[in-house]
Amino acid sequence: MKTRIIAVFSVLGAALVCALLLSAQNVTTIIIQKGEKTVIAVPDMRGTGAAQQYMDVFNKTLWDELDNSGTFRMAPKTSYPLNLPQQPSDFKPPALFSEWARPPVSTNYLAFGYTAVQDNQILLYGNLLSVGQPDVQSATVFPTRRYYGPLTSDGAKKVAREFAADILKQFNVMSLSGTKIYFTSDRTGTKEIWSMDYDGSGQRQLTNLKAITNFPAVSADGKLFAFMTYAGGNPQIRIHTADTSRRQTFINPVSSTVTTPEFTPDGKNILFAATIDGWLQLMTAGIDGSGMRRLSNVKAIEVSPRVNPKTGTDLLFISGRSGHQQLWHMNLDGTDREMLTSGEGDVSNPSWSPDGHHIAFSWTRGYEPGNFNLFIMDIADRKYVQLTTNSGRNENPTWAPDGLHLVFSSMRGRVTQIYSMLADGTNVRQLTTQGNNLQPVWAKGTE
Amino acid sequence: MTIYRMRVNTRTLSAVAFAATLLLATAGCKKKVAAAAPPPPPPVVEAPPPPPPKAQAPRIDSFTAEPTTIQRGQSATLRWSAAAATNISIDQGVGAVQANGSQQVSPVNSTTYTLTARSAGGADTRSVTVTVNAPPPPPPPPSAPPKVTISSADMLTREAQDIYFDYDMSDLRADAQRTATANAELLKRIFAQDSGFIVVIEGHCDERGSAEYNLGLGDRRATSLKDFYVQQGLPADKIRTISYGKEKPICTDASEACYQRNRRDHMAPAQ
Repeated sequence: MKTRIIAVFSVLGAALVCALLLSAQNVTTIIIQKGEKTVIAVPDMRGTGAAQQYMDVFNKTLWDELDNSGTFRMAPKTSYPLNLPQQPSDFKPPALFSEWARPPVSTNYLAFGYTAVQDNQILLYGNLLSVGQPDVQSATVFPTRRYYGPLTSDGAKKVAREFAADILKQFNVMSLSGTKIYFTSDRTGTKEIWSMDYDGSGQRQLTNLKAITNFPAVSADGKLFAFMTYAGGNPQIRIHTADTSRRQTFINPVSSTVTTPEFTPDGKNILFAATIDGWLQLMTAGIDGSGMRRLSNVKAIEVSPRVNPKTGTDLLFISGRSGHQQLWHMNLDGTDREMLTSGEGDVSNPSWSPDGHHIAFSWTRGYEPGNFNLFIMDIADRKYVQLTTNSGRNENPTWAPDGLHLVFSSMRGRVTQIYSMLADGTNVRQLTTQGNNLQPVWAKGTE
Repeated sequence: MTIYRMRVNTRTLSAVAFAATLLLATAGCKKKVAAAAPPPPPPVVEAPPPPPPKAQAPRIDSFTAEPTTIQRGQSATLRWSAAAATNISIDQGVGAVQANGSQQVSPVNSTTYTLTARSAGGADTRSVTVTVNAPPPPPPPPSAPPKVTISSADMLTREAQDIYFDYDMSDLRADAQRTATANAELLKRIFAQDSGFIVVIEGHCDERGSAEYNLGLGDRRATSLKDFYVQQGLPADKIRTISYGKEKPICTDASEACYQRNRRDHMAPAQ
């Protein structure tokens, strides 16, 4: 009897899980990409001579780059044939790619090659084949490409990333290699602005103001970053150069609080919130503070103006004008003001996807106050999906330049760290470990 | 075996010694044989009258103090024992005493007590000294406190009370209005004594809202209190506001008790 009940439940449970997965997948396909994920096989490459010692880091980097792009389903290495190809001439009729095209590998694409040492540099010969073709020539996506890098571990990573970027480009996917994540960290004892590479490496302190400093924003060209700091007493906005963190002129309005800066897509203006008559209100000005203009005039707290990166003429913002803090949308001239969320719970941290079609934000809907989870909304039909559940307090989602990834902060336990994931909630990776790290924004790199 | 033989030997020795003693005694007897004639008896004289009974001299057997050293205010016990005295006394105000006895004394300073025992036959005296240690002197009286006025900043820090708010609210509750009224009186006194004084109202929040919303809420809370003070007649230009949102929590527990402590307005002197 007992066994039978358990059996029934497990069948039900499996059905439920399947239903959830299916629904999640449907939503995901709508949001992220059309159709099934492409399968790619990436057999481990080998290196001649001194190159071989860097092949572990090379193979891992190449695999991770392609896997974390969210573009492919990675064919598992254990299913690969024993004889791995190193150059296109290794494929001979009549077998050709049949071992790769048929089960168990069943891949659509095959990335392969080898490395060698030339002029004391590591040299990668990289190939990409579409295995469903009748001959090598028609299967060749791009002819063998050469990638050079220093004969070091970093050099091996570099050539792996460049090869991965070239592969992703074939699928209209941007590589995140070279992009930067700006964030707030208190690891020095005070909140300061930091930056790091897209994978958490190269963490660098950008401000050293020894006062609460947070809310970073980066210009579209990656050359300037803005933030809020208490360094001058009351919280005000400052703008620094990204390369040397040099302070630029920005005249703040006379206000007890000036916060949540954001650049317009053309980099000419800045939007922010400033307290006027006791209420945080939306404002805009040139990046030197000139031509200041008020965007809202309401007895409600309004913060986080975020301009549509595609149009540059409409914006998202958070407003309490209906009661709780909710997600709103309007044109920069103040017309067509409209609430996008249902009025339940509290909403914060809106972020546009690079194509302007989707909004990531955090919301306490369905949870106690303060228990934020991440959501994505399609701005066309206002349908939304919840990306996080029961995994701490999740806030500040911002889109990666590839439009596929999100970076966000999550307080799990009493510590807040930064994570990246695909916009369907999968491939979660923790990027920070020291101190508390929060408020990430993903910027195109300047290098 | 050895022990037995030893005993035999001891007995043998004893017997030899006894025999020797007998021999010596016999030899002595032989020397007394030639005795001289007895001397004449002494002349008979009249016996003198016995002397009149002489009066006995008094005697002090003991006179002690226990302990011999005391702190001022403590007491020591004198003990004595005397004999053949008709009059026994101790000086230093103790007076006549019995032949045997004890007496507690509490001298203020070191004192030598003398016990005197008298009779017709004479007198005997003995002395003990009780040493009195003065207690350590008390600390010198504190010098009069310097006449200083408490600085305005100190007055504010010591006397101003934090104002507490409900969740997501910025209006002053009834209890907050009472506290704010007391704070307003304090500020009036401070401004009266220090016309250049500037007070800063800090608005704080609990951790549940977003960081940016809490900046706005902290501003609301600080503004709300400033408005109340201005209604109470305080000068608006001497009151500044700053919002710390949730950046400076007093405590970091995820509990309502902690949340309430963090939802506050705090007052500080302007830097």
